[in-house]
Amino acid sequence: MSATLRARHAERKHTSMFLRMLMRAAILRRGRAASALLAMVVAAAVATAMLNLYVDVQGKLLKEFRNYGANVLVVAKDGSILPGDSLKNVESVLGGRGLAVPFAYVVARTSAGQSVVVSGTDFERVRKLDSWWSVSGWPRKTGDALVGARAAAVVSPQGKMLDLSFQGRTIHLAPARNLSTGAAEDSRVYISLADFEDWARVPPSTIEIAVSGSSEEVEATIAKLREALPAADVRPVRQIMEGEARVLGKTRAMLLASASLIILTAALCVLSTLMGWVFDRRRDFAIMKALGASERLISSFFAAEAGTLGAIGAVVGFVIGIGVAAWIGRVNFHAPVVPRLNVLPWILVGSIAVALISAALPMSLLRRVQPAVILRGE
Amino acid sequence: MFLRLVYESFRRQKRRKALAGVAITLGVGVATAMIAVATDVGDKISRELRSYGANLLVTPQEDTLELQIGGVDLKPPSDGAYLNEADLPKIRGTFWHHNIVGFAPMLPVNVDAQGSSLTLLGTYFSKKLTFGREDFVTGVRSTHPWWKVQGTWPDDDSQDVLLGESLAAKLGLKPGDQIRVNGRVHGVSGILSSGGAEDNQIVAPLALAQQILGKPGAVRRLYVSALTKPEDALARRDPKTMNQELFDRWYCSPYVQSIAYQLQEAIPHSHAEQIRQVAQNEGTVLSRIKGLMLLVTLAALLASALAVSAAMATAIFERRGEVGLMKALGAGDTSVAALFFVEAMLLALIGGALGFAGGALLARQIGQSIFDSKITIDPVLLPVILALAVMVTFAGSALAIRRAVKFDPVYALRGEG
Repeated sequence: MSATLRARHAERKHTSMFLRMLMRAAILRRGRAASALLAMVVAAAVATAMLNLYVDVQGKLLKEFRNYGANVLVVAKDGSILPGDSLKNVESVLGGRGLAVPFAYVVARTSAGQSVVVSGTDFERVRKLDSWWSVSGWPRKTGDALVGARAAAVVSPQGKMLDLSFQGRTIHLAPARNLSTGAAEDSRVYISLADFEDWARVPPSTIEIAVSGSSEEVEATIAKLREALPAADVRPVRQIMEGEARVLGKTRAMLLASASLIILTAALCVLSTLMGWVFDRRRDFAIMKALGASERLISSFFAAEAGTLGAIGAVVGFVIGIGVAAWIGRVNFHAPVVPRLNVLPWILVGSIAVALISAALPMSLLRRVQPAVILRGE
Repeated sequence: MFLRLVYESFRRQKRRKALAGVAITLGVGVATAMIAVATDVGDKISRELRSYGANLLVTPQEDTLELQIGGVDLKPPSDGAYLNEADLPKIRGTFWHHNIVGFAPMLPVNVDAQGSSLTLLGTYFSKKLTFGREDFVTGVRSTHPWWKVQGTWPDDDSQDVLLGESLAAKLGLKPGDQIRVNGRVHGVSGILSSGGAEDNQIVAPLALAQQILGKPGAVRRLYVSALTKPEDALARRDPKTMNQELFDRWYCSPYVQSIAYQLQEAIPHSHAEQIRQVAQNEGTVLSRIKGLMLLVTLAALLASALAVSAAMATAIFERRGEVGLMKALGAGDTSVAALFFVEAMLLALIGGALGFAGGALLARQIGQSIFDSKITIDPVLLPVILALAVMVTFAGSALAIRRAVKFDPVYALRGEG
């Protein structure tokens, strides 16, 4: 046998012995190893759930915030009208990442000579955009109108049929439905865009858009809209955008603070369990040392044990944590939190690091003690 | 003898006791801070949600229809009814006045400025008002926090005005310039950016708008920003159909509906309505964030309970030798267990008290750095937290104590285990 072959053989034997010691240590001391692993798993699960929530909460809350309605407004510049293809242009810029609703307005006269603002719009879309509109029912057929609560008292006191005239043309409406919003909409009469264009022959002058996404994405969309619609005035609804940014920022900061506290506590839990575990095995340590094992070998043995424990704990904990995050998402936001695989490396590295630190602290204490003292049980 | 054992155990094993104590202190601290944050978060987020602006609108009862398209008022200025400005401070006398963050009256008038017809909006910026013996400040700066002014806000008693951003660009005016409105010259103190209709308007102190209109004390609309409780089934009921007891409960809850009702009572001939866009969504967002924090707090409590248990188990496990010695000297299982439990309780009380103080400080820090306002914890919670700490410590030690007591003293003394 050549010298290199013998050396390799010895090394393999060495490695298999090392692995056997690792395995036996875990199997023979099941209880202690299990409790250490449990602490690891719980810590990793909690950390995973918190990180996942932290990453996902922005998307979840942004969806809630879209219920506030439009965050971007496209209006015709002074004295002009929106070009006919504006809505199509807006939609091609949005590419499905938002909702655009056209509104047309005129001031019409009732048969009693009252002036009232009449608006034509797409009811299907308004319903999705302005979910806070409280209506007694959405108009379905042509000739149906949605009459604001204040307007109703003036233009059709007993829910009677309603005649509106604009530039000599008259439209006959059935004001079956009432609308209440508490704002300017209450003083208006809404009809479908098709009816409106037939009657008033005025194209939409405003497009209200709810752009989904973070504030940077919304800003980017506004820039693109400005480019696509040079004839119109595109402006963000500051009230909505700033309120959203504020609440979102605070919530995320609060969640981050809580997550760091929780992860810190979980790490502490791992630290104390693992320290006890290693400290408990000071006799193994002493025997190995007495049998002539080098300090490096013993250190690497304990480090390998702790590292394995950390890795297993991290993976199991990750799976459980994903489950917890998904559950929290379902309970609180009625939509599951999407598992973030990119959290895994962080959890893995963090767990192994905490495990190694927990093993290193008692090791440095033990190293200073003579093996004889430990073996005598002092 | 028992007391001496406990005393000596603390005196001689300072390092171990300190370790367990630190774990308890940290665990209780985190739990306290999280409970404090979770109980206060509703109030804090509620205030943040006020940055969406007013959630109530008060209008004259006999008002004619608004003719407004894109913020441009098409109604003849003489038309319609008005609220009386003198009634406004009475809002401070309503039941829920502490929940009213601010209010701002609005009076749009049509004016002729620099040769074109424009809308001038009269309002309070941050007006000092007095109700009873109480002084307070209110205006658009609290109800419309997204209004940004380049230059300075005009004084409410001055003749200076703000120009909307688009209007200023069109007229080519800058802060410090002058503008001629209905033949009189006014200073432009700043340029307003609101993202709404005001960008094309002149915004002036309310008194100036009343003077132009020739109707002192007139207010067209009043925006009120109030902290409210999320709507539930009771909130949506019609107060006219309630019996006395139910009505009292409804009246004394800060629902947006009951605050609207009280505003109508305070201001004669008025009609108050919730602005549904703001009021309705506020409740949903608030309940989502509160729910999230509640679940996170549960996770924090779980993690800290585990940390305390783990630390206690480790601390007791290390002392098998001691248990063996005590048992060899004739101590019974009960007295050994009692010793451990008393020690655990002392640790829990000391660690719990320190943790409570630390947690309160932490909550304060979190409140200060995130919300710019303090989160205080109710001292009433101290006994609850202490009881919790003792319970968790006991639960954490119970298993370890049982095992330590059951351990054969012979093995323990030989150091095998």
